[in-house]
Parts: sequence; structure tokens; C-alpha cells
Amino acid sequence: MSVIDVSKDLDALTMTMTAEFVAPVAKVWQVWENPRLLERWWGPPTHPATFVDHELEPGGRMHYFMTAPEGDTYHGWWRIVSVDPPTALELEDGFADDEGNPNPDLPVTVMRVTLSEQPGGITRMTVDAQYATREGMEQVIAMGVEEGMTLAVNQIDGLLAEAAATT
Amino acid sequence: MVVDTPAPEIDDDDVDRLFHALADATRRDIVVAAMEGEHSVSALARRYPMSVAAVQKHVAVLERAHLVTKERRGREQIVRMNIDAIRQASRLLDAIEDLWRGRIARIGALLADEPEGAHP
Repeated sequence: MSVIDVSKDLDALTMTMTAEFVAPVAKVWQVWENPRLLERWWGPPTHPATFVDHELEPGGRMHYFMTAPEGDTYHGWWRIVSVDPPTALELEDGFADDEGNPNPDLPVTVMRVTLSEQPGGITRMTVDAQYATREGMEQVIAMGVEEGMTLAVNQIDGLLAEAAATT
Repeated sequence: MVVDTPAPEIDDDDVDRLFHALADATRRDIVVAAMEGEHSVSALARRYPMSVAAVQKHVAVLERAHLVTKERRGREQIVRMNIDAIRQASRLLDAIEDLWRGRIARIGALLADEPEGAHP
């Protein structure tokens, strides 16, 4: 499996995941840099993502939405804090209205991504997701759990279906 | 009688109560204090320039938002963090982990798909 480590800190409200891919760093970077590739993995299969704006530069804005099976769309935004191709990316991820305008009342997640070359043509990717404040986390608990759990459960169902199909 | 146990869900009213509860600096401070340990209402009242009755009101708002619980112990009312909220934080982080595991799996599949990726 490609996930090699997961750590969660309930006090700091962070989740850090480390994964390895059999591909060069420049190629793994493409899944962040190329919006058409990004769309193929950001949303779960049941809620595919569409990136409307994609400016991968410091201060750059992104607007994306995920489409639910019933056709409802959930909009989000990214703001690029810093980017150092092809090894480092820091961004803020939040909720948006249909036009992609950030909703200031909803919490923001800070994500840090680093890519590093390992022996044997392997790229190690570390993603660190952090909630800014305890209040923000409490809001996420209220707003996100239901949606987040639904998305995660749908995703697990999909993975199980895939696993069943290959056995 | 057979009754289904519904999964704990958060409805719009809960969200409204939560936002309302956290919109006040004193109430946020009480939540932080309660996370650190249990306190009596009268002890909390000594922390702020307000009456016990005023603190009672704040605690009641937090209680309705499920952020703290209140329990009578002798003549004291003890306020503490609602442990379910902590469990929810833990569940949320688990959900985030699942979300990212899915993403990592999809990136892996995507990279294996590309013609250059000779490794299936």
C-alpha cells in the first residue's frame, strides 16, 4: 500500500499522512499542478471535483466544486500560501458560495504538501492538514462531520466495491 | 418494540446553537477552561467580572449547544467539557484520514495509468 504513515493530534487538530508512489517527483507534482489530473483524485468517485480557477502561484486563488450524485454542488476555495515546484505547496482550503467567494464564517484548513525523492525512483509525499483554531475545529465538527462522514463512507464503499470486483 | 438507533446527526438547529454559543468571548473562554478540567459555576464566576447568575446563563447556552455538561454535586454545579464533542473531533480526524486514504489511492492509480509509469 502506498500510505506509509498516519499521525493525528487531537490537541493540535492536525492529521499528517505520508505516502509513497513509484513515480518521479516531477510526475507526482503534476497531480497538483495540472487541474485536469487534480480533478481525477480530489473528490471521491461519488462527488467528482471540477476546478474552475486554478492559479498555482503565491497568493493564487482556486475555485472548485464537487458534484453530488443528485446534482447538488458543494463549492470550495483554495488560496496558495506558498509554492516551490516540484517539492512544496502550502494552501488554505475553505468553503465558498456558488461563485467561489470564500465564506468567512466557515473554518479554513491549512494544508502543507511536500514531495521528496527516495531511492529507487520513489517519491514520498507528506500532507499535513491543520485547523487554525479550536473554534474553527468546533465549527468543522458541526458543519463537516455529517458531510465528511458521508463522503468518507461513500468512498469506503467505492473502495470495497473495487476490491470485491478484483477478487 | 424494536426501535432503530439512529446515527447521531447534527441538524441546522444544532449548528445555529453552536454558532450562537461560540459567538461570545466569555463563552469561548468557558469552553477552553472546561477543556482543561472541571470547574464549579461559582469558580467560573470568580474568573469574570459578572454575577453567578450571568455565568449560569452562559453555561446554559453552552449546554444547549452540547459543548459542556453540567452536573449538581452537593451545593455546587460542576461544568465540564462534553466528552462527546471530543469523540466527535476524533471521529472527524478519522473521517479526514479516510478521505485522504482515498485520495492517495486515486493518485496511485492515476500515476500507474500514465504511459510513463511502467509500474502497474
